[in-house]
Amino acid sequence: MKDKIFNILRENTMLIVLVLVVLFFNFSTNGTMLLPSQFNALITQNAYVYVLATGMLMCMLTGGNIDLSVGSFVCFVGVVGAKMIVHGGLPTGVGMLLMLLIGVVYGAVLGYVIAYLNVPPWIATLAGFLALRGWGVALMNGASNVSPLPASFCDPFTGKVNDLLGGPVIGGVQYNMTSIVVGIIISVLVVLALFRGRATKIKKGYEADSLVAVIVKSVLICFVVMLFAYKFSLAGGIPYSLIWVAIIVLIYSFITSKTDIGRYFYTIGGNAEATRLSGIDTKRIMFLAYLNMAVLTVVAAFLTMSRFKAANSTAGTNYEMDAISACIVGGVSAYGGSGTIFGMIVGATLIGVINLGMSLMGIDANWQKVVKGVVLLGAVVFEILNNRKKATK
Amino acid sequence: MGNILLEMKNITKEFPGVKALDNVNLTVEQGEIHALVGENGAGKSTLMNVLSGIYPFGTYTGDIVYKGEVCQFQKIKDSEEKGIVIIHQELALVPYMSIGENMFIGNEQLGRFGIDWDKTYAEADKYLKMVGLEESSRTLIKDISVGKQQLVEIAKALAKHAKLLILDEPTSSLNETDSKALLDMLLRFKQDGLTTIIISHKLNEVSYVADKITVIRDGSTIETLDNQTDEISEDRIIKGMVGRELTDRFPKRPGVQIGDVAMEVKNWTVYHPQYEDKKVVDNVSINIRKGEVVGIAGLMGAGRTELAMSIFGHAYGTNISGELYLNGEKVELRTIKEAIEHKVAYVTEDRKGNGLVLSNPIKINTTLANLSSICSKHVIDKDKEYQVAEEYRDKLKTKCPTVEQNVGNLSGGNQQKVLLAKWMFANPDVLILDEPTRGIDVGAKYEIYCIINDLVAAGKSVVMISSELPEVLGMSDRIYVMNEGKMVGEMSGAEASQEKIMAAILRS
Repeated sequence: MKDKIFNILRENTMLIVLVLVVLFFNFSTNGTMLLPSQFNALITQNAYVYVLATGMLMCMLTGGNIDLSVGSFVCFVGVVGAKMIVHGGLPTGVGMLLMLLIGVVYGAVLGYVIAYLNVPPWIATLAGFLALRGWGVALMNGASNVSPLPASFCDPFTGKVNDLLGGPVIGGVQYNMTSIVVGIIISVLVVLALFRGRATKIKKGYEADSLVAVIVKSVLICFVVMLFAYKFSLAGGIPYSLIWVAIIVLIYSFITSKTDIGRYFYTIGGNAEATRLSGIDTKRIMFLAYLNMAVLTVVAAFLTMSRFKAANSTAGTNYEMDAISACIVGGVSAYGGSGTIFGMIVGATLIGVINLGMSLMGIDANWQKVVKGVVLLGAVVFEILNNRKKATK
Repeated sequence: MGNILLEMKNITKEFPGVKALDNVNLTVEQGEIHALVGENGAGKSTLMNVLSGIYPFGTYTGDIVYKGEVCQFQKIKDSEEKGIVIIHQELALVPYMSIGENMFIGNEQLGRFGIDWDKTYAEADKYLKMVGLEESSRTLIKDISVGKQQLVEIAKALAKHAKLLILDEPTSSLNETDSKALLDMLLRFKQDGLTTIIISHKLNEVSYVADKITVIRDGSTIETLDNQTDEISEDRIIKGMVGRELTDRFPKRPGVQIGDVAMEVKNWTVYHPQYEDKKVVDNVSINIRKGEVVGIAGLMGAGRTELAMSIFGHAYGTNISGELYLNGEKVELRTIKEAIEHKVAYVTEDRKGNGLVLSNPIKINTTLANLSSICSKHVIDKDKEYQVAEEYRDKLKTKCPTVEQNVGNLSGGNQQKVLLAKWMFANPDVLILDEPTRGIDVGAKYEIYCIINDLVAAGKSVVMISSELPEVLGMSDRIYVMNEGKMVGEMSGAEASQEKIMAAILRS
């Protein structure tokens, strides 16, 4: 029993760290951290990290490969898109489709160079890092941004879900009932899924979690979901960016855990030659990883551009580092072969919370970087020591 | 004769699960050339690694007495300081550095400000002359032939003031002229008082150059022959190398019907993927029938693995030519996927390197080669996967707590069973097993043999590549012998013997 609890603690260390960090900032900012507006800020400011880190996770799974060009590509594709829509007068929808197409083309080129020409990923993407930033800025002809982007571009990413149900005003505060109702629906679905999963496992005679474990899990997940639902109901509703993130994260969580293609990403990272000799086209998987990354980068560009209602020459700076850090802190192996979407979410959130909390505390931006660097290294060292302990056991 | 230079007494060295050396004794006299012979895996290289400090003192038991004192080498540097220098079979030279730079790696000629390059190259040239190399020491390693690289290795050893030179298969990658030159040079150095231990498979070379021959078998010294007093013939050495009793180490396979030809390969030629003018497999033709176990014997580097992998969807080699027939029908298998779909499977000799994903659980490894069969529309049926893994765990008696266990935590024998399970689940008709029992203990070997018997009893065909002759003899209905990319012999299991196989290899 004691061992079991210890195991659970060890497997969820980052989650526990996240909770402790939230509590720490809440204490040191006298409760500002947990204000509804901060929940909103956490999601809207970090939406791009979740999207990019999802793509980065897929790349890293194949053997610790990274894409250094995502930040520059956010800038480049943003400038091209904004020029088409703002200057060229293209309909928003067409402009966005063309941006996605550019993503496909860039991803295909990058994927081809890496998978079929065997150029090391960090070199190929370093080239993209340099060239795309330069090209993007050059296209702006000396301007620092292309703006204003029309509302039809921005609203799908920056808006909030309107209250369809007409929430009550209590003590002068407007409650968004839709948010609460959505929270309840999700909670119920999660609880149902957990219990049904356990029931089928028992029915088929497989090892299943104990009832207590399932109950504890359900309570914790419902608590988090309802906490967010409650905070968003006070902050004017669920932000659209959260919905985008949720959709992407759910899709990739499904791919990585339930499909054969997702499985191959892991086995290539674990042993590429064994995977090849099992009849799997490993080059194609590598190609897909980078194609996918580029398409998700366009989505991240949508989120970033709509937040600023413009394409900036500095847009996307250090985004690749944010995405890689989120993966690493979230326990994705830097050598490939292991890591989950859930872990990545925890990692991205942890970094987001640290950013937000330090800003609220008024810590100098340079010291913030120092702290983030230490956290990153600490997470990796911890992961390695943890694995070593597990191996010796 | 002379005085004793080196004595290794009761050396025992164990690896997890395997006793590689068991009370080995070796005595080498000053100024002689001493040959070590034995089959692959007999323990020759392990013994030399103990001597040179690659396996440090404390990881083995027994004493090394060198020049009358007991030595406790912690690292290679310790043994080199005493003048014991080993040259491995795989040359350890850096291709993009010059001969001179390579010769003094770890032994740099220092001047007042860092490395004195003039002195380095002058010294290098001196030693190159001693081994009869005309090249300038400023030539890059990649620009000289393998034979000359071997000479550079020897010059490098001389530069370390070697008193006892150990050569591990020095002629394995040389042609006949280069081999002869190298052996003659060793004889010349002997005149100057250098002592040499040479490991070799080529018995004609051994009897040409060696004063004494020590035979090692299964990690024990069998005998030491003296070239002067004993009658040394190749047959005599072979007998020492392989002369062991075959009792019940192989399960019987009664009543298995051998049917039609399942796979036939004709005039198969494969070139090296990097050195595209080097033939690795040379005009080989083989066939295998349903219900038959065909062994392919040969030494390491004979081209057996390359033959198998090139048949398996061109997984190895370039410019592959020849014809492949499955059940009488001509097929072209250009990708591994096509090979698997045509029910051909290749079970690698290197289970850790390219067979299994060690960081993943048993169930994922079991289904990897045939994942689509438990998927519907790309979604994995995890219940089915679990059942499959369990089924094969029972069938092959894999010892593990659950099939969720990571493969990396299993013993070698159990890893091999998971690897076999993976390919059995792919449901092949022809299985090519490459060294299926390498590095696993006797009990696990027996179980693997039983699995092979079950496979042929079910009408499958098994090609077994093995460097262990007893295994080939004990298991095969028919045996092919390969050497240097060519088929050099074919015999039925009944007429085959270890002597015949060794003779086919050595006299080819």
